[in-house]
Amino acid sequence: MRRVVITGSGTINPLGHSVPETYEAMREGRCGIDELDIRDVERLSIRIGGQVKGYNPDRRFNRQQQALYDRFTQFTLIAAEEAIAQSALEFSGHLAAQSGVVLGTSGGGLNTQDENYRAVYEEGKNRVHPFIVPKLMNNSAASHLSMNYNLKGPSFTVATACASSNHAMGQAFWLIRSGAATAIVTGGSESMLCFGGVKAWEGLRVMSRDACRPFSANRNGMVQGEGAGIFVFEEFEHAKARGAGILAEVVGFSMTSDAADIVMPSQQGATRAISGALKDARIGAEEVGYINAHGTGTAANDKTECAAVSKVFGHHADEVMISSTKSMHGHLIGGTGAVELLACLMALNDGIIAPTIGYEEPDPECSLDVVPNEAREAQVSHVLSNAFAFGGQNAVLALKSM
Amino acid sequence: MSGVKERVIEIIAEQAVLEPSDVSLDQSLEELGVDSMGLVEAIFSIEESFDIQVPFNANEPEKSDFDISSVATVVATVEKLVAEQAD
Repeated sequence: MRRVVITGSGTINPLGHSVPETYEAMREGRCGIDELDIRDVERLSIRIGGQVKGYNPDRRFNRQQQALYDRFTQFTLIAAEEAIAQSALEFSGHLAAQSGVVLGTSGGGLNTQDENYRAVYEEGKNRVHPFIVPKLMNNSAASHLSMNYNLKGPSFTVATACASSNHAMGQAFWLIRSGAATAIVTGGSESMLCFGGVKAWEGLRVMSRDACRPFSANRNGMVQGEGAGIFVFEEFEHAKARGAGILAEVVGFSMTSDAADIVMPSQQGATRAISGALKDARIGAEEVGYINAHGTGTAANDKTECAAVSKVFGHHADEVMISSTKSMHGHLIGGTGAVELLACLMALNDGIIAPTIGYEEPDPECSLDVVPNEAREAQVSHVLSNAFAFGGQNAVLALKSM
Repeated sequence: MSGVKERVIEIIAEQAVLEPSDVSLDQSLEELGVDSMGLVEAIFSIEESFDIQVPFNANEPEKSDFDISSVATVVATVEKLVAEQAD
């Protein structure tokens, strides 16, 4: 079976506009969650979020590009530029035909939808810009990546809410492992921090008004974030032959469905996804040193996730480190697993485990080593990244250091 | 405060798929078969019906001023919120 490695990584998220900036923030346990700066924020009851700060699209994209690139596409292209530059791949000829894009997003061009519904319903306009459809469609970011980098193999977008990125990266892994592709640009992007996006989440009454405190007994909900994480997945022999720098090997992936409830997570579905990833990777639980948790900071997710990890890991559950970086960057919904994979790469390559910040009170139902508040130095050889979506769609990735 | 009790019972009954006459004040929402999704929908209907804001976070129901332990406590809380609104 062909092996799959990661040869490039890129990001823009509430913690930084690049991978090094993000690693620095994760090492320092910095919080990227702040007061929301969006139109009509005074009509929202949830007024915090992990926004990408200091970002001016005019400095990155010209007017014609901005007419076609929703904010989630802009984030994708910025992160991809960093990832593809690091991989040093140039896509032409046979390689271009064997390379593609698999991205995760939940809301797609939600800002574009929000702005244009305002225009026609609130402002009563009878005309919208001609490019609204190609700008808002969920596959637009994948398409622009394919066009900009000449990626001519399989390209598509996966939408499984909060697990979209993990599902996407899992598909990328499978495409390469099976021989259907040589390289896939993959990951995810989300930009839902607009009035309509936050208002919709508010209605569900699962959002925190003050902070995201995963695993802490006093946690009171999730906080939304935005941004993108993009990676270059490449067939191992291809990467080796060209002397590429390898960030990690992707060794396992598993998807399961709860088949139970549209919002409440199931311990059984999570358990099966975690054990499935270990089985696919042909590793034992005791080899895993770190788990990047889904860790949303809701009452339901965190206790269910801890129970699932305890069930799969048995005695080793007391030794494995598990942290939720959502405490720092918020929940990037369809882009979250991609930004969180960076914490996995940092653990494997730098020996630094990103912390769960905002941790204040132990919860007996989450009694694992959640790496509270401060990053930790530790050598780990294998890591997992969990994602459990609304709708009961679960996806877990297993990575190994090279 | 006429009508508040009747309307709240109507809303809860709708979520429980019962007739309002089958809902009694001492029952809990759980006994009536209203789950967490039903509760959030009921709160939405209450807010829309009375034009009030109900402070409720599903992550920490016990910390909320919105007491959901029985139909009677829900009615009492809504009456209080409606009265505050009128002030």
